[in-house]
Amino acid sequence: MLRDALAGQRIAITGATGFLGTALAERLLRSVPECEIALLIRPGRRGAADRARREVLRNSCFDRLRGELGDRFEPMVERRVQVLAGDVGVDGLSLDTAGANVLAGCQIVIHSAATVSFDSPLDAAVEINLLGPTRVAAELNRLHPDGDLPHLIAVSTAYVAGSRRGRAPEATLPDTPWSTEVDWQLEVTAARRARADADAESREPKMLARFQKQARAELGAAGVPLLAARAERFRDEWVKERMVDLGKARAQGLGWPDAYAYTKALGERALLQGRGELPLSIVRPSIIESALAEPVPGWIRGFRMADPVIISYAKGLLQEFPGVPEGIIDVIPVDLVVSSILALAARGPLPEPDVLHAASGARNPLRYRKLVELVQAWFTEHPLADSHDQPITVPEWSFPGRRRVQRQLDRASKAINIAERTLQSLPLRGRQADLSARLEERREEVERALSYVELYGAYTETEAVFSVDRLLALFSELAPEDQEEFGFDPAVIDWQHFCHDVYLPSVVAHARVRMAKPGARATRAGRGSSGLTREERGRRAVLSPERHLAVFDLENTLIASNVVDSYAWLATRRRDDADRVRFVVKTLGEAPRLLALDRVDRSDFLRYFYRRYEGAPARRLRHDSWELFSDLILTKSFPAGIRRVREHRALGHKTLLITGALDIVIEPLRPLFDEVVCAKLGEKGGRLTGELTEAPPTGEARALLMADYARAMNLDLEQCVAYADSASDLPMLEAAGHPVAVNPETKLAAIARKRGWHVEHWPRAEGGPRPLLPIGPRL
Amino acid sequence: MPRPGFVLEVDRSTPPILTWHGEGFRLEKLPAGRSRVIYAPEPLEPLGDPDEEIRQALLNPLDCDPLPTLLFPGMRLTIAFDDISLPLPPMRRPDNRQRALEAVLDLAAAAGVDDVVLICALALHRRMTEAELRHAVGDRVYDAFAPSGRLLQHDAEDPNALVHLGVTDQGEDVEINKRAAESDLLVYVNINLVAMDGGHKSVATGLASYRSLRHHHNVRTMRHSRSFMDQDHSELHSSNWRMGRLIAASGVRVFQIETTLNNDAFPSQMGFLQKREWEWTARDRATYLATTRSLALAPPRTARSIFQAIKAPHSMTSVHAGEVEAVHRATTAMVYRQQLVPVEGQTDIAVFGLPHLCPYNVNSIMNPILVMCMGLGYLFNLYRGKPIVREGGVAILSHPTPWAFNPVHHPSYIDFFEEVLADTTDPVEIEKNYEERFATDEWYRHLYRTGHAYHGVHPFYMWYWGAHALEHLARVIIVAGSPRAVRRLGFSPASTLQDALEMASDVVGRDPTISHLHCPPIMIADVE
Repeated sequence: MLRDALAGQRIAITGATGFLGTALAERLLRSVPECEIALLIRPGRRGAADRARREVLRNSCFDRLRGELGDRFEPMVERRVQVLAGDVGVDGLSLDTAGANVLAGCQIVIHSAATVSFDSPLDAAVEINLLGPTRVAAELNRLHPDGDLPHLIAVSTAYVAGSRRGRAPEATLPDTPWSTEVDWQLEVTAARRARADADAESREPKMLARFQKQARAELGAAGVPLLAARAERFRDEWVKERMVDLGKARAQGLGWPDAYAYTKALGERALLQGRGELPLSIVRPSIIESALAEPVPGWIRGFRMADPVIISYAKGLLQEFPGVPEGIIDVIPVDLVVSSILALAARGPLPEPDVLHAASGARNPLRYRKLVELVQAWFTEHPLADSHDQPITVPEWSFPGRRRVQRQLDRASKAINIAERTLQSLPLRGRQADLSARLEERREEVERALSYVELYGAYTETEAVFSVDRLLALFSELAPEDQEEFGFDPAVIDWQHFCHDVYLPSVVAHARVRMAKPGARATRAGRGSSGLTREERGRRAVLSPERHLAVFDLENTLIASNVVDSYAWLATRRRDDADRVRFVVKTLGEAPRLLALDRVDRSDFLRYFYRRYEGAPARRLRHDSWELFSDLILTKSFPAGIRRVREHRALGHKTLLITGALDIVIEPLRPLFDEVVCAKLGEKGGRLTGELTEAPPTGEARALLMADYARAMNLDLEQCVAYADSASDLPMLEAAGHPVAVNPETKLAAIARKRGWHVEHWPRAEGGPRPLLPIGPRL
Repeated sequence: MPRPGFVLEVDRSTPPILTWHGEGFRLEKLPAGRSRVIYAPEPLEPLGDPDEEIRQALLNPLDCDPLPTLLFPGMRLTIAFDDISLPLPPMRRPDNRQRALEAVLDLAAAAGVDDVVLICALALHRRMTEAELRHAVGDRVYDAFAPSGRLLQHDAEDPNALVHLGVTDQGEDVEINKRAAESDLLVYVNINLVAMDGGHKSVATGLASYRSLRHHHNVRTMRHSRSFMDQDHSELHSSNWRMGRLIAASGVRVFQIETTLNNDAFPSQMGFLQKREWEWTARDRATYLATTRSLALAPPRTARSIFQAIKAPHSMTSVHAGEVEAVHRATTAMVYRQQLVPVEGQTDIAVFGLPHLCPYNVNSIMNPILVMCMGLGYLFNLYRGKPIVREGGVAILSHPTPWAFNPVHHPSYIDFFEEVLADTTDPVEIEKNYEERFATDEWYRHLYRTGHAYHGVHPFYMWYWGAHALEHLARVIIVAGSPRAVRRLGFSPASTLQDALEMASDVVGRDPTISHLHCPPIMIADVE
């Protein structure tokens, strides 16, 4: 009996925070009551034990066991689970002595840690997938100098077979007739060097300039620190992308579909060479998907390989997906893989390393055509909802070649790119800017679809068949009870049942997409379970009583006006008609230059522009500003914005206005806020000097001012709401716990959309006067 | 001899009737045999020499010594005058106020009075702009007083500029402008456009504070003012009279000047507005067509500025001066002479075409709350005796009712509409749950005192103005208004008058009787 064989054993698991690792830990705790488990987990910020609790034991995988045990769950965990802080990416696994002792006491070690993403950077895949198993083997050898070695079960992948046709045997790679001979050590050195080279290249002045330019294009005049941080992220991303490309190229050059399969294959070879006397079994699953029955049908963790493709299809984004209709999609439910590993552990090692395929293709093939039919049928019956709550009709796939699909998507992506660039160069705001943000989202979706085709296309076109003779032999050795309880014969899978009742519902639930309501529209468009629209929820969040500070920008956030308008108004207030015309024509002529200056650096712009006030009589301006208030500022105000300030105050929140406008101009607005920070001009003999007395509150200075104010008032920035309209206010928005983009210009609209920030579209009052030019009234 | 008012019984030969519709008009065919149209009397003959008549009135006042005998060197003289809400539309220069002020100031100068202050009695209305003041008082007066700070606008929120004179026997606080109350003489210059204006209401309302006004500007008073155009049956006036008498008793000497206007409200280019449809000449028809076509093509903003530019050729028909009550009796008789139209009995439905203008949106937009106030406050209350529509009847208003507000003039209206009306349209609930918060709001107070905003509580008063009608009527329908805004008001939107009549049949049956009040020009239906 399997349970008896494993009773009293201590079993170590690496990769317990992963899909397979979590399932293994759960099954062992639930179905093999007399064993102990040791989880080797890389300590995060809060340590390995905390990660184990949060990421493993609190996963829904354990819901069933938690329910069965009730109060006894925690004591059981206390008694049977040990957590080891360690890292398979480092030689010696960075174990401390206590951890090493625990590992030394394990009779079985299941190595399931891997970077499974098909687009991992080459060096990361090499460190984890290629070197990881060898490191584990080396550490076990070191811990058992006297022999008495534990049984190492290494989880690999069926796709180490590479892009080949025909049957792939369950044999170690050197024994496979057509396997690629590569010196894995050379590959490791090359990958590490490539990383260093890419990093060096990314630091070339030309490249750094490029990243800076990219950052500026995305954020605009957001201030030096933010632009620098963004540029550095662009550099990081560039290096990573470079390593991903290198990995893909190297893998495909050697006959594997991607860096994952390539590093896994070399990992097997390295392990075989470096294991010494360590008893070894290798399990090669194909594509692991939702649980068929254990712990519950449909259980899944993380976004698995096929899921994003399926969701993209259901959303109507993937109009085509390449594949061979009669090709086999080798999918295996996770609980079958778990059972086969447990059976292997119970049986114990063979004298020589043995290999098992945990795959369905040879025994119970799921053809690509059949899968597409099943998926299409299910989504036709259970369509997803689009943004208007209308059901999305899924496309018919015609099984075209991969090239054609790639070409189609390439074209779409290019067209969207051009449209997006055109929109970005226009001075848009509010809803129009939102359009451009939506376009960007659409582009990202298409690009993602393209990447799926590139990444996974190879898997739908695989024509290898993974034989499962040894797997079935192992199965037949099991006692009938074990066959019942720990079955892993792929023949038991009814694909229609699996797809329709288990897999697709769980994918949809996991992806948190919205399903169309059957029949008539039951709720109003866009309302979630709370009965509120996204906008209403956002509004409720910023107006929650727990917030305690609301910070507002002025121009285009509360009023549709700017420093040039108020200057023109004040300057023309006391001029005669001929003079007014001359003045307005002159100011309009300067507009493009002013705009350009403003875009580059707002502080410089203000300094430059305010010089025009030099020699202006201060008292008269102060007097006129009250008229300016009614005639220009209130006329061009957004009543909903002003109401929002007042709502915050009514809730007891502190309100702070931060603006580059002059104190003289905003004086009448003061009573609206608790505190106002604005620009001030010097004064000499009753006349303005045209020079600012302090640096104007722009860009990152705003974030600092907000933080200073919060500190002085003993307020928490996490509970602060910040309202602004432009990317130059990013530092302030980012520093606030609740950023709100008001009538955002294109760049901010895109950023707000990406980060899920609340967006407000505040219009000017419909019934106010709309003067064509900002000119003082004629008398 | 101008013809008196007239009630037309609609028959099959009656042409379609001109119905006001904001900045435009509609021609509406009313059902024959059960509809009637109420027309205002024609404009009365103007005074030949208004300036001389004013002088005579000042020299021979009613129940009072002649003005020159009340003036002496070293005295404090305050002259208060009506604000932008009168008259409607604004009249051509010279304004009645300018004429009266100049006459009083001449006498004051002759008597050697130096301490003279002019106060615009705006109560809780918005402060007037320089251009508006110049139009009302004339450039000469403005330039003589404004630069030296002696042309003031009443500030009902300046604690230092108010004085509490006492409490009436009904417990009403009387708190008015301090300068006015502490002057040796307070002259008040009125333009009495409708019967509601003037009398004790001039000082007791025009120069009062919120603390004082709330005693008569409330739901209970308005429901008991039937109507406020009829002083003898108006709780609004009873309260003001109690206050006015208390003001007099506390030693404030008021010299009242009241002037009346004829109802010649539109310039000759728009002469068809003053005429009865069957008397339209070919020229009237042509101007009507040209006007409505061009208004229909113009953007609303342009149409609005066209109407805002209208200056009425109103002429002065009488001037009386002296003791408040005596003057007001004479004035009211004059107003009634111009405006009363005898009407027999009530009908099931009243149709009111709403013009572009009410007292609170001069040089501004008529927002939905003002639509309600104009229709159910003013037009509905233009009656003596009984409303023209029976209790449980239906009012049909015609106005575009856009969801639009002037952010400078009506900031608290915006919030009232967005926040209060979204919750309830019941005047009692509104008064109970929201009034105080808006009335004491610091931001609205700031805008009222320093900008050109109506007081925070003003939209409430607009709503209370219609409280009597809301109680009286079973249903209110607005024709061709923005459905969203109409529903927010708690009324039903209809796209045409025919649809509105169809909708009304749920309440008043298939063959209801209908009155159409053909206003403006302003009239008062004297319903038996």
